[in-house]
This record gives sequence, structure tokens and C-alpha cells, in this order.
Amino acid sequence: MNETEKSNKQIRDSISKTTLKKLIQDFYEQFESETIPHIMLPSRTKKNIELNVDSDVWVYGDSESMRSAKTVKGATQLLKTSHVVELLMKGHLDQNKSSTLRELYYISENWDIAKFNEQSESDRLIEDLEIITGLQREDFHVRPEENGATLYGPITIKELTKRGDRTMHCQDEVGEAGYQIPYNVETIKFVEHDAKFIIAIETGGMQDRLIENGFDEKFNAILVHLKGQPARSTRRILKRMNEELKLPVVVFTDGDPWSFRIYASVAYGAIKSAHLSEFMATPAAKFIGVQASDIVEYELSTDKLNDQDIKALESELTDPRFDTPYWKEQINLMLKIGKKAEQQAFAGKGLDYVTDKYLPERLTEMGVI
Amino acid sequence: MVIAEELAKKQKAISIAEFFEKNRQILGFDSGTRSLLTSVKEAVDNALDACEESGILPDIFIKLENTSRTNLTLIVEDNGPGIVKEQIPRVFAKLLYGSRFHAVKQSRGQQGIGISATVLYSQLTSGRPVKIISKIDRDAPAHYFELLINTQTNEPEILVDKIVDWDRMRGTRLELEMEASYIKGRRQSVYEYLKDTAIVNPHARITIIEPDNNRIIFERVTDKQPVQAVEILPHPHGIELGTLMKMLRYCETPRLDSFLRSSFSRIGAKTSDEICMKASISPETDPRAIALDEAKRLHEAFKKVKILAPSTDCLSPITEELIRKGMGKEHTVDFIETTTRPASVHNGHPFQVEAGIAYGGNLPREEKVEILRFANRVPLLYQQGACAITHAIENLNWRTYSLNQPGGSIPIGPAIILVHVASTHIPFTSESKEAIADVPEIISEVELALKDVARRLKNYLSRQDNLEKRREKEEIIYSILPRIAKKVGEILELPTPDITPIVAKIMRNVFCQRVVRKNAKGCEVEIHFKNHGDSVHHFTFHETIPYPIESPSPEPKKIPVGAQTDYVWKVSLKPGEQKAIIYRLDIALEEAAKLPQLVVEGIANELVTGAKAVNV
Repeated sequence: MNETEKSNKQIRDSISKTTLKKLIQDFYEQFESETIPHIMLPSRTKKNIELNVDSDVWVYGDSESMRSAKTVKGATQLLKTSHVVELLMKGHLDQNKSSTLRELYYISENWDIAKFNEQSESDRLIEDLEIITGLQREDFHVRPEENGATLYGPITIKELTKRGDRTMHCQDEVGEAGYQIPYNVETIKFVEHDAKFIIAIETGGMQDRLIENGFDEKFNAILVHLKGQPARSTRRILKRMNEELKLPVVVFTDGDPWSFRIYASVAYGAIKSAHLSEFMATPAAKFIGVQASDIVEYELSTDKLNDQDIKALESELTDPRFDTPYWKEQINLMLKIGKKAEQQAFAGKGLDYVTDKYLPERLTEMGVI
Repeated sequence: MVIAEELAKKQKAISIAEFFEKNRQILGFDSGTRSLLTSVKEAVDNALDACEESGILPDIFIKLENTSRTNLTLIVEDNGPGIVKEQIPRVFAKLLYGSRFHAVKQSRGQQGIGISATVLYSQLTSGRPVKIISKIDRDAPAHYFELLINTQTNEPEILVDKIVDWDRMRGTRLELEMEASYIKGRRQSVYEYLKDTAIVNPHARITIIEPDNNRIIFERVTDKQPVQAVEILPHPHGIELGTLMKMLRYCETPRLDSFLRSSFSRIGAKTSDEICMKASISPETDPRAIALDEAKRLHEAFKKVKILAPSTDCLSPITEELIRKGMGKEHTVDFIETTTRPASVHNGHPFQVEAGIAYGGNLPREEKVEILRFANRVPLLYQQGACAITHAIENLNWRTYSLNQPGGSIPIGPAIILVHVASTHIPFTSESKEAIADVPEIISEVELALKDVARRLKNYLSRQDNLEKRREKEEIIYSILPRIAKKVGEILELPTPDITPIVAKIMRNVFCQRVVRKNAKGCEVEIHFKNHGDSVHHFTFHETIPYPIESPSPEPKKIPVGAQTDYVWKVSLKPGEQKAIIYRLDIALEEAAKLPQLVVEGIANELVTGAKAVNV
């Protein structure tokens, strides 16, 4: 780590600390001015999500809710908030340490009545703090349990690790499993690349298939594994590559309602973390498939839609993120045929079919190659 | 004439079996489950009625055994008065034979069709006779009968008639085999019927042994017998023209006026004359000579003349106390309220409504409330949607009583609503007696009864709500808020902020605070008062200190107390209002810090924060 980077980090940490301290100062001033302690938060509901015309992603609207010590629930939340802020300021930022979300939940064991009842509660409080402070959990030195997924392709990156810089080419200098995306992708610099586009893939099996078939070399593609619903770091690195390297992003998932949602969270942002949409959503990302129409056209082997699938599709019909003619058509078609298909279904046509025929055809159709 | 004769040839007596086959669903024998329920019901109703009439605390024993894949054997034993030997065959094996058919009195059974219909059903589906044992007294012999109903003649056929040993003091036992099935776990089941019966008959002990030998006892919770219903004469307003004509034809009094007085309730000399006059029939007319035309006029006259409402001592309400006991014994709940309405009249028939509501405990919170409907102490399990009781429940706006009511139908919440209608004549919607017809008088009485208990439920819930709010506030001010203040101070490395002003706000209390500042000569003292509540408060404020105070504003009253002086101010504060008292003390700031706690008088301690309230 060189000196400027070190001091950059110190500046970031110091900003985080000041911002968090401000929150506690607000409480203190509320006590002093004889006001019942409270904080304002945007409502985190489907109703309060709106499309930001400039960035083309879904963000929280203006509706706010107050969390106040007038109720036991609100007061307990404020107490928990104070404890968490103390940990972040004095336990993390002051001492240059970090915790995972899971560790944070366990740390609260010692907080008596401020203890979290389940991890989802502490996860949510960290999200609240992100919203209130406009910072991200990485700024608080809080990281997710799992690292991001993997990346494989013709790009050289430099990662600032705790043990110094590491520079590597993500084809020549990584194993078959690819480059592991760290939880904080802000520490990554893109050195150089000769990629034409990025393909984000839902399943590891399909990423392996593409690597084995040399798809990345043949088409100069960066393969990013989404690992189901993608982690923040995966979404963030997709957005950074898309914006900084001007590389088109295509998303390749199973052909079912849940995979449509994976695409939506990559492209438009998730309802739960709409405060980060502008940071993580890649509105330019395009959906390759598996489309409902592919199921028909390529005669893929399928499974029948179950009741949950049908419900999910019907709910997507009213989801503002899917309110486009393209998605309406795809969703209605899937409902009509009553079938879904996995990415791996292409194997039924031969192991090379997906890389030799399906993807090139779709990429040409979409104007990517 | 020729045609009539032709038709007459075709007409033959319809056999009783045929009658039954055609009417089995209206009699309650359409499915295996329902048939068993109807049979148990008829037997239990009879046993309860018999015990009640003889002043015996009922002890009813029911046993069910699987006889074959499709058939069950039902045994019902009671400790009732028993049946005299001569009557046994007809009671059990002749349809429409009963003692209550002509009585005007509240009772469970009414038509005398019940138990013999059960016997007939058993006979038709199993081919076996009913076995009866009955004993009328400790020293009397126990008579054993095996009976069949002759379906051609509707007369009993006695297969066995003997005396047996029976180790009971007295009572009746019947044993029937029938095509039936025993199902548990749904509303319309033998178990639910017995449970509900036990609720409205808390003086009865009911034991059931299920086909898998599982024994359930619904224990009695009171030794108090229900008030005996008294038999009364029919009321003129409740009589139908046909019945009136029958009464006239078979009457034994020679004069119309004395017939009226002796055959109806609430008709005296004056009223009978008035009726005769209105009907333009001489009071001396022989009743047996009255023709249809005149009978019609007489019937009309009943309505034109003012007649006292029927007496209501023929009714036997369960009473509020026993409904409470009954509801409490089969459910764990937090709250029960019951009411017994004064008796009222529908179409000349006295009736009385009782209602109970049970709330909380382990009742399901998100489901529709359970409705327990009873007519003359008999649970009504079928056709809930068609019943006047249900309609009355739906008519009420339960939201005003703190229960959810989506779509204005049956409310939702952890509650049971019980309604009992007692009457000498329950207007059922059909012969199977499962739903009470929508008679406006009955609906209105049920509504009044429900409103009464619902209002008490609402009061209870709002009390609970207030207590809950108070507990919540106390948790905030004693436990959570001090911790937030302490933590916030620790993080900022500042003194822990004072939470008392906020406590006053949260508690909606009157807040009192003394602020002392140093000035040139000594100390400037300010006492602040702020009313965070929603009502006006008047109180007096006391400073009992050993120093003289200077230039106070406003001026206090001074009362010497030994070496000290009690300075007294009157304070009144409107909601939201704040006031201050100021004065100077010629002492050092350190000394002023030792001034005693603020004391107010004439206001409850829990309404004040920052001062001690004393009340003399």
C-alpha cells in the first residue's frame, strides 16, 4: 500500500467516523433540547420505489417514516443504533478492524436489551445506517459473510489487499476457478483489457462450460459468475466495468421467474437496497436468456411451472421494474406455455451447442458481436 | 265422482318407512356422520329433559363401538327418572308419540319424532332391534325390551320383554346399531355437540367413550339445577286458526266466554267479553257449534283486543352465572361477560335471549370468532349462515367494539360468541331444527344482548390497552431511554444528558424543574413548569427552605415551619402551557445545589415528573 492510498483510506475512515458521530450528536442535541429522540428514514416499501430518470435505476421516493423513542419498538431501535454506531466508530474505524455481518450479530450478544434477535435485524440496521449516512457498509468496515463470486476473462486488474498490491491477468494468472471478487471492489483498479463484452452467468456450471469451451478467448468475453442472486460486490464490479471500461453487459440465467428477478436486480436494483441502486445497478445490462421464447424456439427440455412459479410470474406482471413490452411478452408467454428451463438444458443438444450456436446467435441478434 | 273414486283407489296409506326414506334429510339422517350426530342428540336431549323435569342432576354416559366397517353401536345411559314399563314400547317404537307435543313450555324436544326416528333409522340400516333397559326406582325391577317398529302400522313390535339385573339406581339405557361414522375435528361432530351441550348445561356430567376407547368427561361445574320451566296455557296471539278450530271442536265447556278464559292465558272476564264483541259472536255460543267463518272472526278479534303479553315464567334461561361457568370450563380465556335479557314475545310466544362473549386466552387471533348457537339449550351445529343468530351478529358493527370485521360479516378475533334463545316455540327454518328463522323480534333481542356484552368487552379491551400503553411507557422511561442517554454520552465523551424533560413528555406529565444560576449577590432561582398532558392541572408548589427569598415573582404565601419557611405558590396549567416562578437567594451556588427536592401538592404523583407530589 503506498502512501497516498494509505492516506486516502484514512480520509475515508475519518469521513465515515464524522458522519456516524453526527448521528449520535443529533440524539444528544435532541435530549438537550427536550425533544424525544428520533431519526427519519425513507420508507423501504415497494410503494416508495421510483425510477430515477437520470440514472435509469429504481431508488427510494420521498416518503419518510419516523423512528422515535415514543414507542418501545422505536426506542429499542435507537438504543441498538447507538450500540452499533459505537462499535463502528470505536471498534472498527478507530482500530482499523472489520467484522462480518454475522460477527456483528454475535457481538450484540453482550448488549443486554439492545441485543439483536436474529441476524436479519442487524443486517437491516446496517442498511438503515447506509441510508441515513449516505455511506456504504464497506465504509463502516462491515463485510458480508461470503466473498463475491468469480470473474474470468481477458482483463488485468490490480487489487489493493491488506498485504499489499496484487496485479493479475484474469485468464493467464488465475486458476480454472477464476479470479475471486473481493467484498470491497473499490480496492480494484482495472489496468488493461482486450474484452469486447461481459457475460454475467447465473450458475457456476455454465461458467465452467464456457471456460472449458474457450468461449472467453474466442469472443473476448469476461465471464462473471452471479451465484444466484448476486452479491453487492458482484453487482458493483459489473457496473464499474460497464461504466469505466464501456463494456456491454449481458445476463445469462435460467429461464424461470426467479432468474428474471436476478436480471432485474443486476439491471435495475433491488427493492431492499434501493439506496444503493445508483451505485450498483447497471441499467445498460441486457438479458440474453434463457427467454421464454427460447424454450419454444430451441425446443429445450423443460419442467412444469409450479404454483410458486406462477405466483411469482403474476407478481412480476405488476412489478414496475418489469413494466416493458418485452418483459410483458416474455412473462405472458411463459405463463401460456406453463414451462421453465435451466441454462444447462442446452446440453441436451450437445456440449458445444450453447457456445457454438445459442450464444453467438443471441449475441448477434442483440448487436453485441 | 267417478274420477274421485278412481283416485281414491290409488291412494293407500304411505308406510312409515316410506315416509322416513323420503324425509330422512329433513329429519337429520342424510349422511353417516350426520345420522350419528342426530341420534346422539335425540338421546341426550331426551335424557336432559327427563332429568330436568324430575330435578335430577344429569349424569349421561355415551359409548360408541365399531360393529362393522360401516356400522356403529351407540349406547346412551342416563340417571333420569326412567320410563314406566307400559310406555317403553311406544316411546321408542312409535313415531310421533310424545308427552310434549301439546304442552306450551320450553323444552329441548318438541315433536316427539326424534328418538323413534333414530330407532327407525337404526332398524332400516342394521336390521337389528333397539335394546332398552329402564328402571324407575331403586326397588323397582329393570325392564329389558328389544323393539322394532312395524313400518306398516307405525306400532311397536316387541321381540323381547323381560326383567333383568341392572346395577343402576334408576335411569334408561338404550343400545342401537346403525350405519354411521364417527368423525372428530370438525364443527359438526358428536364431540363438538357434547362440548357445546356441556357449556349450556353446566349442571350435567357427560361422559363419552369414543370408538378407539378414548374416554372424555365433560364434568359438571355446578350443582345448581336450572329453573324448572312451567307449563302455561297458549297465548291468543300465538295460536293458529287450525289449532283454534281443533280446540273449539274438542272443548268441554258449553260457553264460548268460559272456553276462552279456561283455554288461553291472559284472558279474563273483561277480555273474553271484548273478544266476543269484536268477533260479533255471543259469549253464550257453544264453542263446538262455531263454524269456520266465526272461528276466523274470533281469530281476528284476538289481534284487535289488547291482551297482556304471555307470562314468561314458562321459560328457563341458563342464567348469566351458569353461562359464564360453562364458557369458562371448556376454554382458557381472559375475559367472559354474559347477559340474560328480559323475556319478550314473538307471535304470542314468550322467548328470552341470553348472550355471552369470551375473549383472549389461547383462542386463535386471526380467525373468525367461534359462534355457539343454542335453542332451548340445544346446540345448533348446522346451517350457521341461515340462522337469525348469525344474522344478528353480522348486523352489528363490531369495529365499534374493538373487533375486526372485514366485509361487515362475522368478526375476527380471539373470541367466542354464545347466543341462547329460549322459547316455548322456537321458529326453526326447517324440521331438522338447525337454524332459527329471521323473526324481527328475535333478531332485535339478540342484537340488544350482543351489544350489552360487546360494550363490556370494549371497556375491558380499552382498559387493557391503557394498561399496555402505561407498561410500554414505563419500559421506555425506566429501561431504554436511560441506556440511550448513557450510551450517547459515552460515545461523545460528554456527560449523560438529562432525560427527565423527555420522560415528562412521554408520560404526558407536568414537568417541574429548578434552574439555579449565579448572580452578583447570590443565586437566581427559576422554577419551570410545563404541562405535557391533555387536561388542566391546578396544584400548589412548596419551597420549604431555611433561607429568606428575595423579589419573588409571583408573590408566594409564607408559612413558618420551625426554623424554615414554607413558601407556597398556586399554579394552574392548561394543556401545553408552561410557567415559571423566579426568586433570588442570598447564598452561594454550592449551597443552592443542596436545596430540597421540589414538592407539589394537589396533583397525583404519577402525573408529575421532576417533583414529589404530596397529598394532605
